[in-house]
Amino acid sequence: MQAFAELLDRLVLTPSRNGKLRLLTDYFADTPDPDRGYGLAGITGGLDFPAVKPAMLRGLVAERVDEVLFAYSYDYVGDLAETVSLIWPAKSGGNAAPSLHEVVARLSTASRSDAPTLMADLLDRLDPSGRFAAIKLATGGLRIGVSARLAKQALAQFGGVAVGEIEELWHGLKPPYEELFAWLEGRGQKPENAALAPFRPVMLAHAFSQADRALDPARYAAEWKWDGIRVQASAEADMRRLYSRTGDDISAAFPDLVEAMSFEASIDGELLVGDPRERTDTFSDLQQRLNRKTVSARMLSQYPVFLRCYDLLTLGTRDLRGLAYPERRAALAALVAGLPSDRFDLSPEVPFDSWDELDEKRRNPPHPVIEGVMLKRKDSAYLPGRPKGPWFKWKRDPFTVDAVLMYAQRGHGKRSSFYSDYTFGVWTGPLDDPSLVPVGKAYFGFTDEELKQIDKYVRDNTIERFGPVRSVRADRDHGLVLEVAFEGLNRSTRHKSGVAMRFPRISRLRWDKPAHEADRLEALEDMLDEKRLNRPAKP
Amino acid sequence: MKPRDLLHSRPEGLYCPQGDFFIDPVQPVARALVTHGHADHARAGHGAVMATRETLDIMAIRYGADFAGSRQEARLGEHVMLGGVAVTFHPAGHVLGSAQICVEHGGLRIVASGDYKRRHDPTCRPFEPIRCDVFITEATFGLPVFIHPPAADEIGRLLKSHDQFPERTHIVGAYGLGKAQRVIAHLREGGYSAPIPIHGAVQKLCEYYQARGIDLGPLEPATTGDGAAAPRASPIVIAPPSAISDRWSRRFADPLAVFASGWMRIRQRARQHGVELALIISDHADWTELTRTIVDTGAEEVWVTHGREEALVRWCELNGIAARPLHLAGYEDEAE
Repeated sequence: MQAFAELLDRLVLTPSRNGKLRLLTDYFADTPDPDRGYGLAGITGGLDFPAVKPAMLRGLVAERVDEVLFAYSYDYVGDLAETVSLIWPAKSGGNAAPSLHEVVARLSTASRSDAPTLMADLLDRLDPSGRFAAIKLATGGLRIGVSARLAKQALAQFGGVAVGEIEELWHGLKPPYEELFAWLEGRGQKPENAALAPFRPVMLAHAFSQADRALDPARYAAEWKWDGIRVQASAEADMRRLYSRTGDDISAAFPDLVEAMSFEASIDGELLVGDPRERTDTFSDLQQRLNRKTVSARMLSQYPVFLRCYDLLTLGTRDLRGLAYPERRAALAALVAGLPSDRFDLSPEVPFDSWDELDEKRRNPPHPVIEGVMLKRKDSAYLPGRPKGPWFKWKRDPFTVDAVLMYAQRGHGKRSSFYSDYTFGVWTGPLDDPSLVPVGKAYFGFTDEELKQIDKYVRDNTIERFGPVRSVRADRDHGLVLEVAFEGLNRSTRHKSGVAMRFPRISRLRWDKPAHEADRLEALEDMLDEKRLNRPAKP
Repeated sequence: MKPRDLLHSRPEGLYCPQGDFFIDPVQPVARALVTHGHADHARAGHGAVMATRETLDIMAIRYGADFAGSRQEARLGEHVMLGGVAVTFHPAGHVLGSAQICVEHGGLRIVASGDYKRRHDPTCRPFEPIRCDVFITEATFGLPVFIHPPAADEIGRLLKSHDQFPERTHIVGAYGLGKAQRVIAHLREGGYSAPIPIHGAVQKLCEYYQARGIDLGPLEPATTGDGAAAPRASPIVIAPPSAISDRWSRRFADPLAVFASGWMRIRQRARQHGVELALIISDHADWTELTRTIVDTGAEEVWVTHGREEALVRWCELNGIAARPLHLAGYEDEAE
């Protein structure tokens, strides 16, 4: 348990991806089975212990600690699990600290009635870090900034295999993953995925660059790149699963689509909101449906989802991935023709004869929910990962806005001495007396040299400090204008400005531009996805 | 005599009218008794200062030789009469030279402990509990959530991280008097023998510790005069906390910010400081040490100052000991 607790303590403070990967791979290397497998399950959200609830912990601690001292402590620490883990009276000479395996085994067999006794016994035997880890594990939600995807990446690095191989196996594996570790350590066979409707690694594209214009356009087929989320719909026997492009099972959030998956195949496509016969709605509509464990009838009727099909990986018992694109496409078209037309359609191809013609089309797409074009080389097979050459994405140019730097926050890790996270705003209010309203935050898009320049600017123009944040002078006559690029704009009730940018980044520093010439909020509102769709905002 | 007649707080600090002296005054006074050299306890500009040899030396290093009109060395355990009041200094285990001050008059004995701890520290003499009627305790970590782990375990975590990330410079933020030297001494105990680059701000005090016979092993300046980093691969560097995530740290290869402080027990604190490795090493007593010390002194009354007074007062109530907060202005809660 100690190693797992220490891993969590380190991960939560480690900002860099590579740092996290190293901590994880070291943990896998240093921790014996089955503990490392249960640690992996804890991190990837594969464990669930419904018998332990936060209220129960409060009751346990109330039996052991004076309530006034607990109240002072909780008030100071601010987090219940952490307060309990720290204030829990240590028992000297008790039983040895439990292993992670023991913690998991006992929690998973606990009933509502014996959970308190069991939890108390575990807490008695652990140190504060171990207690914190046990409580977080038991109540769910480690919140350590590690995605399941990153954990799989660490496994791939640990075993020297491609992450696609891990993703492909993942849904057939169960904690504590001993078979998987044996394979990754070269001690055993690669586990066979016996699960029905498994995830198959997705094929990804490189960005199309000027140099790629040297390629022969006749060798490529193009289709629109839709602005939803890339998914894989797999159905086999009575098993139906919808996967994200990293292999997370998201079926539970989309029962409407899953119900319509009356086929034996694995389809690569874009998940979108709307009705393919009539309309395709915006990404912000789709967001209403994302990251939900359950979905209401109202959601289902207001934001119905459908699949716009891009590619076909398997059909019946046949694996089509080795076939060339036109053959897969023909099979896909035949399949989609027989599927419910309110839930499935075929992504249309975009005819073109030259790169210039395609360039023109991707700049002026016929529908606002199109974010560019996809190019697939006609002779290419469906390959896992991001091979260089067969597929390209050529995106529409981003939206840009000129905004004024308002706040800067210190970064983390390598950037901990730099003010590298920027909140920027645009003008609003009366034309003759405008004020700035924050519209977004960005922390990349600039070079290291530009970072140094902005850092110096922030330090030289600070008007107030709040911990790691500095408020920067920004008024009509004085301020740093940042050209901000973003992919789309949603209405948002959580932001004062009423808008939220998608994927904002700094595209240029406008040292030359006076602050009062930065954009106004009205200009931004014209870029709202819903305005471009010419339809009123939904409530 | 009531205890408050012998010692009570005034705006300048804790005052003894019979002896006409202040303990750790925060403003210039005619006669000051100083428990230890941290800046919020030891200020410059007093008429006369009485303190241990080390504390006087540290004040001279920090403020210059003329930091007070006159200086008087207090030898540990030796009675000195000041206006009919018997004064004795006893080790407090906080930093080099730190002392508790025992004030005795008319059969009443009060111990002002200053800052103290009871954990192992290779750089200063250990705390000695003194039986007394009234014990004045600090409460920096006066909440039951503060239980410091053994320093050796925390140093072990630093060394493990150093092994895991050998290409990154671990810059350990440690307060310049006491903490910096203690971290270095614990690193030596943990078997780390490489020369340790240190920030200029901690250099003089490290030299002083070494001159007093405390073995810190080989140290070297972290930076040369022209601002360049010392040429060394993958070191552990010691610097004041303010430097670890500021511009100074940029000269090192891929710096990894480490902070050694009792506050690091609270995850949110560690996050706020932007550190990647939080070491819970404190020169203040944790909750267990505070409560154990109150019992050890046998005091019938406890005065609680700087920190979380209310929780320690509550504990005293629960344990049948009279206690009250003693409000003294000017001490830095955050100093570590």
